Amino acid sequence: MTAPPLDQSTSAVVNLIPDELETPPLSLSQLTWRRFRRHKMAIFGVVTLILIIMYAFGGMLFFSEADSNHTDTGNALQAPTREHPFGTDTVGRDILARTIYGGQISILIGITAMVVELIFGVSIGAVSGYFGGLLDSFLMRITEAVLVIPQIFLLLVMARYFSQSIPNIKLFGRTFSGSVLVIIFVIGITSWPYLARIVRAQFLSVKENDFILAARATGTSTRDIIFRHILPNTSAPIIVSATLSVAAAISLEAYISFLGLGVRPPTATWGNMLELAYKYINTAWWLWFFPGFFIALIVLSINFLGDGLRDALDPHSRAA
Amino acid sequence: MDSINRQDGKRILDVTDLRTRFHIAEGTVYAVNGVSFHLNRGETIGVVGESGCGKSVTMMSIMRLIPSPPGEIATGQAYFEERDLLQLSDSEMQDLRGKDIAMVFQDPMTAFNPVLTIGRQLTEPLRVHLGLNKDECRHRAIELLEQVGIPDPSHRLGDYPHQFSGGMRQRAMIAMALACSPSILIADEPTTALDVTIQAQIVELVLGIRADLNMSVIWITHDLGVVAEIAERVLVMYSGFIVEEAPVDDLYEDPRHPYTQALLAALPRVDRRRDRHLQSIPGAPPNLLVAPLGCPFTPRCKFAFDHCRKEMPPIINVATNHTAACWWDVTTGKPR
Repeated sequence: MTAPPLDQSTSAVVNLIPDELETPPLSLSQLTWRRFRRHKMAIFGVVTLILIIMYAFGGMLFFSEADSNHTDTGNALQAPTREHPFGTDTVGRDILARTIYGGQISILIGITAMVVELIFGVSIGAVSGYFGGLLDSFLMRITEAVLVIPQIFLLLVMARYFSQSIPNIKLFGRTFSGSVLVIIFVIGITSWPYLARIVRAQFLSVKENDFILAARATGTSTRDIIFRHILPNTSAPIIVSATLSVAAAISLEAYISFLGLGVRPPTATWGNMLELAYKYINTAWWLWFFPGFFIALIVLSINFLGDGLRDALDPHSRAA
Repeated sequence: MDSINRQDGKRILDVTDLRTRFHIAEGTVYAVNGVSFHLNRGETIGVVGESGCGKSVTMMSIMRLIPSPPGEIATGQAYFEERDLLQLSDSEMQDLRGKDIAMVFQDPMTAFNPVLTIGRQLTEPLRVHLGLNKDECRHRAIELLEQVGIPDPSHRLGDYPHQFSGGMRQRAMIAMALACSPSILIADEPTTALDVTIQAQIVELVLGIRADLNMSVIWITHDLGVVAEIAERVLVMYSGFIVEEAPVDDLYEDPRHPYTQALLAALPRVDRRRDRHLQSIPGAPPNLLVAPLGCPFTPRCKFAFDHCRKEMPPIINVATNHTAACWWDVTTGKPR
């Protein structure tokens, strides 16, 4: 009587091998994505950002760069019409086409300035935090020296100092004003101290872990310990900080271009489009509205994205 | 004398008069105070002593893993084969770590990098020391995981440490240490953080592998039971000194240092009467910030007399292959 049910239960137990009981383990990136997608504002930020990028780069298919630089003084300062949906500027250039090409430059500046900042910030912070001692004191004093000078002044002085000497450059069959490079370099070189400090603090704490000692005990070289063992452990704050610095670089570029020290015409950026609009604030709203709108939108969406990443990458917020 | 012994090739590691200190804000910590011992080829020695007695610092000094500053290896030699480890350059030492001498750490939960896969970390010594390519590394890693008894190794390579249990991580840690078939394995309390059944498995695993690879093992622990199981010879450390050294059976049957006696008396025994409390050693280990003068065990020792406070006893041969550092002869009950 008792035998058949016993058989059933044992076969049931045998069938339940652990792999089928457990949900497959999630990798770090899967966990991060799970937390990220619950962050509604971050999703909004990502979608908006993608739309802006599609606008700036997809727009190339409909308007050539010549369109954006085509002057038509007879049609200057026209309000938005069917022919010029965003209106025209002081020399009759189509603002729609200029926001497309200006957007490319602004996004390019944001991303490359971030890369420059990463190179300086991560290497200085890593060396400082890992080796400590005199080298650390020396590098941190330099970092503080850069920090105590207000970034805007430093930017303006450097922009003015460097901008005279750089010729135009040709890339991908297009001509860029040399000032684009100057702005990228100048923004990068004035924004790294914050990142360097974050990276240094991370290195100071991560290097004390047992697994670093274990790695040293297996004969891992110092270079590998820094780049393969410690750096991946500090990636979360670096990613967040890098994301936010793209937004910061875009608004800084707008700022110095608005003051007339940034990227030179004919290369358009959202920032230097605002400069031209300054005199017409009351009379021609479309001159400042469209570039201003794009700057505000991209900075906002990148900041939302950064916030979302911060929450998603934080190992302490395990609520998924 | 040492050089003669080294030449006969029996000794793979020969440490003499090792002293390690840490210069910290509060003063100088005298962590290791003139430690001498040797390790023969294929031999397993146990190093026992309570927490903070310098067991780990001794091994870390030999591996040159003491952070400096604040650490300083003041004196000593540590001959591995023909070379003094304490005199090697950093790059020579880096070359040797993980290849000739490997280490297993106490806490497997923290000894793996959480952001790298087990496979990636397991193959690290293979890439660093043997220069194997990706396929060879993978192949060898699977072999190693099989050797330490991890099921389904080819799938497990891609796992992250948090997907491994404590026992599995310690197995993986051992696999990593064995990757380059080292001649010496230093196991720094490898079973302390594990539960008893896993402990037994790990001990068995190391015993088996030791025989296969003809490896010498230094097993640091404060678990006298594990030592009895695995070691052939035992060093007893107290406050940065080796106070007694003997083959494992002699030590358990005939301890000659009061500290060893107290340590063994503190072991729980099946045959002890149930109404008796476990014995403990009164007092606390000495403050390592004070430069040692005399025998460090004096304040806790029931045999202590004046001479103990003034001079550190030399290492005395008390029986065949059995040494102890004590002014009091516990067998005759008289000072030496």
